Amino acid sequence: MKQIDQQQVQRLQEKAREVRRHIIAMLGQAGSGHTGGSLGAADIVTALYFWEMNIDPNQPDWADRDRFVLSKGHAAPLLYAALAERGFFPVEQLQTLRKLGSPLQGHPDRSKLAGVEASTGSLGQGISWAVGMALAGKMDRKDYRVYTLLGDGELEEGMVWEAAMAAAHYRLDNLVAFIDFNGLQIDGPVKQVLSPLPIPGKFAAFGWEVLQIDGNDIRQIMEALDCARVVKGKPTAIVARTIKGKGCSFIENKVEWHGVAPKGDEIARALAELDM
Amino acid sequence: MDKQATRDAYGKALVELGKQHQDVVVLDADLSKSTKTADFAREFPERFINAGIAEQNMIGMASGLASAGKTVFASTFAIFATGRAFEAVRNSVAYSKMNVKICATHAGLTVGEDGGSHQSVEDIALMRSVPNMTVVVPADGVSTGRALFALYESKGPAYLRLGRPAVPVIYAEGSPFEIGRANVLRQGKDVAIIACGIMVAKALEAAEQLAEENIQAAVVDMHTIKPLDETVILQMATETGAILTVEEHSIIGGLGSAVCETVCAHHPVPVMRMGVNDVFGQSGEPDQLLDYYGLNVEKIVQNVRDLLRKK
Repeated sequence: MKQIDQQQVQRLQEKAREVRRHIIAMLGQAGSGHTGGSLGAADIVTALYFWEMNIDPNQPDWADRDRFVLSKGHAAPLLYAALAERGFFPVEQLQTLRKLGSPLQGHPDRSKLAGVEASTGSLGQGISWAVGMALAGKMDRKDYRVYTLLGDGELEEGMVWEAAMAAAHYRLDNLVAFIDFNGLQIDGPVKQVLSPLPIPGKFAAFGWEVLQIDGNDIRQIMEALDCARVVKGKPTAIVARTIKGKGCSFIENKVEWHGVAPKGDEIARALAELDM
Repeated sequence: MDKQATRDAYGKALVELGKQHQDVVVLDADLSKSTKTADFAREFPERFINAGIAEQNMIGMASGLASAGKTVFASTFAIFATGRAFEAVRNSVAYSKMNVKICATHAGLTVGEDGGSHQSVEDIALMRSVPNMTVVVPADGVSTGRALFALYESKGPAYLRLGRPAVPVIYAEGSPFEIGRANVLRQGKDVAIIACGIMVAKALEAAEQLAEENIQAAVVDMHTIKPLDETVILQMATETGAILTVEEHSIIGGLGSAVCETVCAHHPVPVMRMGVNDVFGQSGEPDQLLDYYGLNVEKIVQNVRDLLRKK
């Protein structure tokens, strides 16, 4: 297990704030995109890219790298912010999000941007990619680990459960799936639209190790990742309770912020809050 | 004439391919005995993954494996590979240009007794419409083996359409096969019969009969529907002035449509399309079904006669 000291936690918290600032800035520039889910899961993705994962921005195709698949592909701004901050491409390029000819597509496109492991956006498919990567790792007797992040609404896709069944069947202990449990989807609270609850019970029944954490608490994320590392013979689901829009008070927990970008004063206000 | 199902040839070729290349991984969705990937599974259990009855996930996993450097062959019935899993094929495989070969068996009417629910007559149309996708429909066992090896060498997404029943072997071992290059099997100046899959053998038989009536029909095995060999199509249009397309697939969106698109754009000549006329299939023996839906030698001969009157 890695040692977790308060200094590292603070470093990651600051990094997560930086990632959130990028998200607001690039969405503001793009004029459209998914703000709430990108902000809410920022702590998880920051912990992965700046603490957990064994990756090298200079060798994005390095065969032994850990892999992250953003199954909830609409949180692309979050992935791009993390990749840019981690050095996969210049931070300035974030401003091209969603623009014609940009490798920063509205949803991640593996064929356009180094560091993007899977083309996602059609919900349910990313976890399947991740299962395939984890299977390849086992087949090749490699030590790399595979991480994926799903939305709670995404769990309504049947394909997720096909993948979950396969991951347990093939005993993929090199696979960790975060569920960004913010309770909201486009049409409203997940409980009202089509309840995927109880999430932990479902994954447990499918044969996964299940951890439950506060997904906006960096230390808890780090500890959960440590726990997942020692799980043998099955994949781990980390059900991470998050606040959609976390970090910007007027966006937090507001369903209407699922798929809209901040505009005008909202951008300045959000950035100001993130600077505090 | 020897007979062999293209799925049997696929199963055998897959084992050979697996022996030669360590990166070959095979996936199936609980139909390995029918798709014949079971042969590979026996030989290389560590490189075979049964996805269970979960075709979407099979395709998604295939992309994940391919992204880790594997050349993935994913098999199930055509109806499920291209229908059930269509959007995974589109977004996870083709959009991302992943090295995944979707090798689907039990395509077309000749599934037979299982009936219309299992008879895929839209799969060529579906796969052909997806960018980055190569579409190959081999005519017999020999060309199936050749196609498989060729697809291994050509990196990227591909769809290989295979059938259930034993069909005549029309190629000699070692015959040339190049993706995107049609084989002109018979020359003729009066009409060109452009066929794919199991209809090629029938087209050859029809051409024999037509020769007795002094009608010289060229026969083309258009085994690659995409990228389409437009050169050969236009050559046929120019030389014969009339084209009959024959496929075990809907007349909408398949080989016939592809040929029409090319001919209309570059060298309009009368084209008649033989295929399934925008209806679903039903239970029956494969040959009964081909007769019922008008996909037999007799009908090809008759249609050529009709077509020649339009020249």
